[in-house]
Amino acid sequence: MTPLIVVDRVSKRFRPSLSLGEKIAAGLGSPVETRTVHAVDHVSLVIRKGEVLGLVGESGCGKSTLGRVIAGIHPPSEGAARIDGEPIMSDARTPVKATTRIQMIFQDPFASLDPRIRIGETIAEGPIAHGLVSKGKAAAYAGEWLRRVGMPADAAGRFPHQFSGGQRQRIAIARALAMQPDVLICDEPVASLDVSIQAQIVNLFLQLRRELGLTMLFISHDLGVVRHISDRIAVMYLGRIVETGPSAEVYARPRHPYTRALLDSVPKLVTGADEMVTFKPIMGELPSPLSPPPGCHFHLRCPKVQPLCKAEAPTLVGEARAVACHFPLPD
Amino acid sequence: MSAPLLSVRDLRTEFATKAGPIKAVDGVCFDLQAGEILGLVGESGSGKTVTGFSILGLIDPPGRIAGGSVRLEGRELVGLTNAALRDVRGKQIAMVFQDPSATLNPVLSIGAQMKLALDAHGRSSATVARERSVEVLTRVGIPDPAKRLDAYPHQFSGGMRQRVAIAIALLNRPKLIICDEPTTALDVSIQAQILTEMKALARDMGTAMIWISHDLATVSSIASRILVMYAGRIIEEGGVAEVLRAPRHPYTRGLLESLPANATPGQDLMQIPGSTPSLLNLPPGCPFAPRCSYADDLCRTEPPRLTSGSRAVRCHHPLAMEAA
Repeated sequence: MTPLIVVDRVSKRFRPSLSLGEKIAAGLGSPVETRTVHAVDHVSLVIRKGEVLGLVGESGCGKSTLGRVIAGIHPPSEGAARIDGEPIMSDARTPVKATTRIQMIFQDPFASLDPRIRIGETIAEGPIAHGLVSKGKAAAYAGEWLRRVGMPADAAGRFPHQFSGGQRQRIAIARALAMQPDVLICDEPVASLDVSIQAQIVNLFLQLRRELGLTMLFISHDLGVVRHISDRIAVMYLGRIVETGPSAEVYARPRHPYTRALLDSVPKLVTGADEMVTFKPIMGELPSPLSPPPGCHFHLRCPKVQPLCKAEAPTLVGEARAVACHFPLPD
Repeated sequence: MSAPLLSVRDLRTEFATKAGPIKAVDGVCFDLQAGEILGLVGESGSGKTVTGFSILGLIDPPGRIAGGSVRLEGRELVGLTNAALRDVRGKQIAMVFQDPSATLNPVLSIGAQMKLALDAHGRSSATVARERSVEVLTRVGIPDPAKRLDAYPHQFSGGMRQRVAIAIALLNRPKLIICDEPTTALDVSIQAQILTEMKALARDMGTAMIWISHDLATVSSIASRILVMYAGRIIEEGGVAEVLRAPRHPYTRGLLESLPANATPGQDLMQIPGSTPSLLNLPPGCPFAPRCSYADDLCRTEPPRLTSGSRAVRCHHPLAMEAA
């Protein structure tokens, strides 16, 4: 399959603005400490047409930032993301998103919908602005997308507060789909929903994918949901991709010690009588992205660390099944 | 079995609203033994958190405990004055909340907050307080605790802050800790660390815990017994393995079947139709009836009662004892 999205050595750094005190200190000639957050660090990946790529990792690993770079919300500090060979961001002085083929769905449907605008207008606003539909036909158009995500037709005339969390997430999905995108970036789309509602939304994604042939980047910390929905997964740690491969293989035989540890940390349903649950927790915590450790970012917590790991960062090696580790676990 | 540490009978907590009273907790009964970890599971609005708050008498108007009894080692807590309850809170029963950044005071050092918690139940010298604080911080795995006492909450990571909150809960050697979604806001690797430590605490110190969570897998890895709540009521109760292997209430089974872990990747998940009911206009019969595929006229008119015994279910048509 041809790659639809190509992410080519993308880095994203954030530099917090200086406080007033620091500006004065800098003005008086004292050296300013640069605090740069290395959110995404030279990441390359491809998303093929029609596939669902799961992006997993813990909070602060850069998965949301990477998603936003691909969605054209953040311009990358270095490198480029392209769709069908075309850059996603323009190369103007202030880069702007140059395509409507990628749309994004966010975690919190309470924050992502404008509380003062009726659902139908929220959904039709983008398509009207981009000439996908005329103003006269906008209401019918919005109604059709609401129907496709399983919402009643009269929802268009109502406001966001009249809906539950699960329904709002459906509305957010309808709004993204109304732009007729090829690619959907979903950032933790079920994390804020109740357990019984999560399954409904996961099923909706599966259904829409079948009907519309969508390509998706599915970002989540929930390894169970990601495995269920993704064809391939990419595991991120402190700004870098440490492992990629077909979901079933990565889950069954992780090759990076971090992936192994992450999978071991997930609580499993215990249904055997007297079954003892023991975790093999990863020691320590995620280091600060303000000052990532040299070498392999995981070496501070890795049970298999060697001197080489502290000196040299491993590169992501492999094609279908790739791992960034000097001493990967046996396949 | 010895007399229970905590005995809750027919607990009812209501919130007055313009549209009428909301029965957030409706007739909850359970016993808890010393050293036992009890899982309290349900979705948002099921009443699990309000149950925890009611035990500690932390219900403010417009809410009130409308009836029932909460006994700690035989002593009735419902109806105690606020002063008397303050003696119980933090001393005999401690609570750990979901969001440690909201629990800790941002302008006091950890050490100062711990001293306050100790002083609330009898003054202790600065040296004794410091020693005890270092002891509990060590217990929850804070590295270099003596030095960290002078640090402020913002200098800790989310996981470390939750450890500090747990340490504060341990200070006065409570008999019971109510943990309200304590690991929900944490990453899985940190959650695994904290679950491991909490289990060790219950084992080593005989502290009983009520573990409130929406996550069945987390509860199954820490609790020995489980209560499933729906619309303010307990709908199923039993040993964790029994309930999760052979759920008897259609709602419990629906929740379990909807988990991706129990499905083939890529296939549709089993889903419970509809959403949780509004507590303001519950149906007259079983509150789950509108979403239940087994519901008949009896379910729609007559609320079912919870069966007695340690393996209990509140359903007119419970699933077979050993379903697949």
